[in-house]
Amino acid sequence: MSPEMNSVPNTIFSPELAARFDKLVTLYPARRSALIPMLLYAQDEVGAVNDAVIAEIAQRIGITELDVRNVISYYSLLHTKPHGKFHVQVCTNISCMLRGGNEMLAHCKEKLGIGNKETTPDGIFSLEEVECIGACCWAPAVQVNYDFHDNLTTEKMDAVFENYRQKAGKS
Amino acid sequence: MADVNLTVDGKKVTVPAGTLLIEACRAAGIEVPAFCYYPGLSLCGACRMCMVRIEKMPKLQTACTTPVAEGMTVHTETPEIAQARKATVELLLGNHPLDCPVCDAGGECELQDMTFKYGAPTSQYVEIKQHREEQQWSPVVYFDRPRCIMCYRCVRVCGEGMDVWALGVQNRGAGSVIAPNRQDHLDCEECGMCIDICPVGALTSDTYRYKTRPWEMNHVATVCTHCGDGCKTTLGVRRADDGMEIVRGDNRDKSGINEDFLCIKGRYAFDFANHPDRLTKPLIRQADRSFATATWEQALELAAKKLKEVRDTKGPDAIGVIGSNRTTNEENYLLQKFARTVLGTNNIDHHRTADYVSFVRALAGKADRAASLRDAGTAPAILLLGNDPTEQHPALAWALRTNVRLNKAKLFLVNTSDIKLRRQAKAFLHIPEGGYADAVRFLGSNDADFHGIEGAADFRDALRAEPKLLILFGSEFRGHDIDALVSFGLSLPDARFACLADYANSRGAADMGLLPDLLPGYRPVAAPGPFAEEYPNLPQKPGKDLIEMFDAAERGELGALYVVGANPVERYNVDPASLKNTFVIVQEMFLTETAQIADVVLPAANLYEKGGSVTNSYGDLQLVKKAGDRAGVRSDLELIVRIADRMGAKPQQLVPFGRGLRADTGQSRGAQSGEADRHSIWLASRQIEPKVSPFDPYAVLDEIARLVPGYDVERMNLLAGNDVRTKLVSIEPAASTTRRDLVLPAQDALFTSGTLGRYSAKLAEVHESHRKSPAETAAD
Amino acid sequence: MPELVSHPEEVKVISRRWGQGAADIDKYIELGGYAALRKCIEQGPEWVINEMKTSGLRGRGGAGFPTGMKWSFVPKQSEKPKYVLVNGDESEPGTCKDHLIFLHDPHSVIEGTMIAGLAIGAKVGFIYLRGEYRYLIEIMERALAQCYERGILGKNIFGTGFDFDALSHTGAGAYEVGEESALMESLEGKRGVPRIKPPFPAVVGLYGGPTVINNAETIASVPFIIEMGGAAYAKLGTERNGGTRLFGISGKVNRPGVYELPMGYNLKKMIYEVAGGIPNGKALKAVVPGGASCPILRADEIDVGMDFDQMGKAGTMLGSAGVVVLDETVSIVEFALRTIKFYQHESCGWCIPCREGTDWLKKTMTRFYEGYGTTKDIDNMRYLAENMLGRTFCPLGDAAAMPMIGFFKKFRDEFEEYIRANPSAPESQALVELVGA
Ligand SMILES: Cc1cc2nc3c(=O)[nH]c(=O)nc-3n(C[C@H](O)[C@H](O)[C@H](O)COP(=O)(O)O)c2cc1C
Ligand code: SF4
Ligand code: FES
Repeated sequence: MSPEMNSVPNTIFSPELAARFDKLVTLYPARRSALIPMLLYAQDEVGAVNDAVIAEIAQRIGITELDVRNVISYYSLLHTKPHGKFHVQVCTNISCMLRGGNEMLAHCKEKLGIGNKETTPDGIFSLEEVECIGACCWAPAVQVNYDFHDNLTTEKMDAVFENYRQKAGKS
Repeated sequence: MADVNLTVDGKKVTVPAGTLLIEACRAAGIEVPAFCYYPGLSLCGACRMCMVRIEKMPKLQTACTTPVAEGMTVHTETPEIAQARKATVELLLGNHPLDCPVCDAGGECELQDMTFKYGAPTSQYVEIKQHREEQQWSPVVYFDRPRCIMCYRCVRVCGEGMDVWALGVQNRGAGSVIAPNRQDHLDCEECGMCIDICPVGALTSDTYRYKTRPWEMNHVATVCTHCGDGCKTTLGVRRADDGMEIVRGDNRDKSGINEDFLCIKGRYAFDFANHPDRLTKPLIRQADRSFATATWEQALELAAKKLKEVRDTKGPDAIGVIGSNRTTNEENYLLQKFARTVLGTNNIDHHRTADYVSFVRALAGKADRAASLRDAGTAPAILLLGNDPTEQHPALAWALRTNVRLNKAKLFLVNTSDIKLRRQAKAFLHIPEGGYADAVRFLGSNDADFHGIEGAADFRDALRAEPKLLILFGSEFRGHDIDALVSFGLSLPDARFACLADYANSRGAADMGLLPDLLPGYRPVAAPGPFAEEYPNLPQKPGKDLIEMFDAAERGELGALYVVGANPVERYNVDPASLKNTFVIVQEMFLTETAQIADVVLPAANLYEKGGSVTNSYGDLQLVKKAGDRAGVRSDLELIVRIADRMGAKPQQLVPFGRGLRADTGQSRGAQSGEADRHSIWLASRQIEPKVSPFDPYAVLDEIARLVPGYDVERMNLLAGNDVRTKLVSIEPAASTTRRDLVLPAQDALFTSGTLGRYSAKLAEVHESHRKSPAETAAD
Repeated sequence: MPELVSHPEEVKVISRRWGQGAADIDKYIELGGYAALRKCIEQGPEWVINEMKTSGLRGRGGAGFPTGMKWSFVPKQSEKPKYVLVNGDESEPGTCKDHLIFLHDPHSVIEGTMIAGLAIGAKVGFIYLRGEYRYLIEIMERALAQCYERGILGKNIFGTGFDFDALSHTGAGAYEVGEESALMESLEGKRGVPRIKPPFPAVVGLYGGPTVINNAETIASVPFIIEMGGAAYAKLGTERNGGTRLFGISGKVNRPGVYELPMGYNLKKMIYEVAGGIPNGKALKAVVPGGASCPILRADEIDVGMDFDQMGKAGTMLGSAGVVVLDETVSIVEFALRTIKFYQHESCGWCIPCREGTDWLKKTMTRFYEGYGTTKDIDNMRYLAENMLGRTFCPLGDAAAMPMIGFFKKFRDEFEEYIRANPSAPESQALVELVGA
């Protein structure tokens, strides 16, 4: 496949994202460098890097779908099945563990009524125990989608949940 | 490059600069263990088995990734190193199922060997192992994940070697896993290279898995019977009720012309030999047109009687003989000698898949310009016109890819379609359908334009600048087009040529004179040279070609037709009714379309069941060895001699046996199967000393070497199982070139193999599964 | 927003502009930004590299390689384009300093990247941030866009003829991608599997061209070094360990946070004075001084200066300067389990010792933690870790093995005690027979 001929007539992405991708592949010395950002941004819009996303991105970059899957399965932020609308990622790595990360995880499980890597039946929340997210000095820390919540206590966490639940209600 | 001196375990070694330490050690006779390292594939440094101590370096180093340096002092087997390797093996075994007793690789497993050498006799590991069910990825490939040690050989050979990229690595850490390109199955060329290269039993083949233990097989290295490349394949054979059964094909003997490579046909498509429809008893047509089984005596007697009768009553011209692309050189030679000296006719031909006649004529006097398949792996530049080697010449495709990848060879393509090798090509001239003659004319001209194709002139200029060009062309080229191409090539300093044909011994069939107008070595029948003396009563007039024979039959002028290992009725769409007045004798493995209309059918052995030699498309001569054995069948060689014998001919005249010293390698004696030595019985019954036999192909090979120009090869090398070059083109160009074009390409693809392919259940299954989902791959 | 802390002992060099809105280019320039770049363009590459060498700056990513020297390894002539790659993958547990740089002073990273580019002759720089840092990537993107608007990036910068392009890039979750060669693979759109070395990135790096890879903090330090002069910067720290460093103190302390302190600052002082000591009057048990990969120090080993050499002498490493403090209530067994769980999760899986070793250690540690351990397990685990050390394809294997060996070496008694004290500990003779006593 020659790298020039990857225009995608029937894109599954929004016009904005498609335009962004058209540009992204031109920014690097090699087209393939755009792969990981594309996968992440596509996932943000579509909700998961599903088969359709994989097919289109493989085409845009000019590599095989297998190659795309090889990459996806390596990176922990990429997922082929959808998460909840708000993906709650609780860090339990050493710094957070020392300041109550495990307890925070237990609290979230109880509060949401789901286990690790599960999604609430209403699809609003999903939960994941994660490795260090780079907020060690403000532990315990939780990331909901891309938003950081630091220095948490269980009460503060409840407020965070409440906040997201309201957001979910609005949209 | 300059040489580098180093010391390995006290031995002084000198190797070229840039050599990897692991190869330098091997050169010194020191084997450094490795799972991930594989010569010719990209480096991994992943298995850490090859760790060695290099003086002045703080840590152990991987010999597989370290280039040699002047004055390096290396230790490869210290207690420290043994401990490191032991730990690695222990770690691997921690999660490896210990199902060696049933694992296909048991006894041939590199992990077993390493465990034996370095491993801990006791295990510290008590944790639960990760289990995963075995998966079937294709009609031929199975994957047992827990056995996989993640050496990435399969991924690399599939991607880098095959340019198929059907295997990947997914997940990470302990969850890492080899994955097929269609998530739960493979879409690939089914070459099985991944299975061959897997050091353990993680990848196994459907044809072999759980069938037998490696030590219960005999391993016979012979030549594949399918395409014109002539790959060496190692057949694993085991006793069966009715002889020796082939249970595995692989490439464990990597000495062949194909080096590391073997395709689906060489690997799995031996199963036609075990097909239940295999003929094992002679058949004779009855008055009611049905077949009845007969004894060999009855069948041979009838065949011989009819041939003699037609010859003596209607004349030799009323007999036609059709030979095979898949029988040995010795059989082909013998068949034409039989036709010309016993039947007394030049009516002999075969299904031609390339115009060797024109090729040889064009190269007259320039035998040194004929290329070997090996040249495709070393030539600095290659021009390929026509053909699609990925489909038709898989070993050639492999050699070209490897040459481009490892040696940066330049590949130039001229083709009417966008063939897969284009990915390796430096330049591609995409020509219109039927444009080959024009293309060659353009190459030889100074025209500025070629069908308005951009870059055509640059393409030509680049070719003209190549000091050592290898020119390969397919059956698209015939007659004068070949002349034009060769004369273009000869205008370059040191161009070499090869003409691609379709079957295992297409080249041998032509070389051995299965042609109505040409004797072995392309000698015109009208100017027979030494054959005038050798072949008493040789008719001087060219005989009928294959089409003419059927035309004669139609007119009721062909009294008998003798077909050896060919299926012209199907290939040439012959109306069976046209042969109603012809007595047809067919030597075959199966009741093919041609056999179905025969009057006598003689069950024949195939190329895996006999000895002899074959010549691949490029003129590389190789021995075939007997691997399988089927009770009830006979080699074509034996059958020809026995028919001749019954016709009253002298076997000694046909086969120069008993002259001089010769090894009897035992193929005709069934030495491997321990069956009754029927040949010695036959010989004894005729008061012939059973030391050398008229069925000894080597006796025929002697005569070929003596009489066929270019076949006087290095005998020792040939007998040792190597490929040797024939150099046949020293004869003068034949005067008359009014022959018509009789080339009919086989049009076999990767998963078909003429009539034979239909009887390979595995090949048929793969073919069927791919028709459902056409292969699609993309380059990295 | 993560909280900013401060302490009188701090020497604010790279954190100088934090909390002042310097993510905006006007504010950045007002606070002296992009003057260093002008100066470097005037003085030329040789001068820049010399200043860097004089500064004694050592890489802040973990290994502490002298930055000036690294830059000088890049060949002057190169057929292929050269690149600068900023490592903002920041995934070492205990480390969150680059986080604050990107948040409060992204332009210092851009300016540092440009100076590095100027010094080595690169025209393009990539700033790679871990995928979790999306809001920081957005800040970085805005900062880059502002630079282009002002002509500070692009062609003919400041009318001097100097061209430079910079691009921010997101990762997608992988610790291993912080390793420099895996980082290049990742930037090239591949799995984060490290490359065979040599060749080193300075010779063959991104897209085959010579590449300088530096940690974000290293790069952010560059403009400040140019501003104050290499020699003055060097003086802030100790011998062969120039300047200041961002220490992230986390865990059981009263005032966790990121503090900028001179290199060589005493660890004990850092914990008790700067970070306010241990909460609730508890006693200190141990400290992981430089991120999870560094062998642990016992409470009696912390009277030591925090620079690369002194930490090396103390049998551990300065690493990423993420100081994780453990008090007497912390179970080393649990801590060890959490540590190995991390490495097991993050091993790329390429080589056998790391892939299998981390997995095996995690499994045995899990069983041990659940109360089914035996003394032989401790020996086995130590044997395993010691046999990973120095044998893996990249340093991740060492990063997993070293702390584990430290736990077993320094806290063996606690592991043994755990077997005895744990209520669910096995009476099970079967297990003892299987594993050994
Ligand atoms: C497993 C592993 C993870 C690493 N992670 C990071 C990281 O997240 N950030 C970083 O700057 N360096 C990281 N490094 C160090 C880099 O390989 C490299 O040494 C560093 O980016 C060089 O920059 P410096 O010289 O400025 O320190 C890691 C190294 C290893 C072995
Ligand atoms: S399947 Fe075999 S060849 Fe492939 S990685 Fe596993 S052990 Fe190696
Ligand atoms: S052969 Fe060297 S690491 Fe595998």
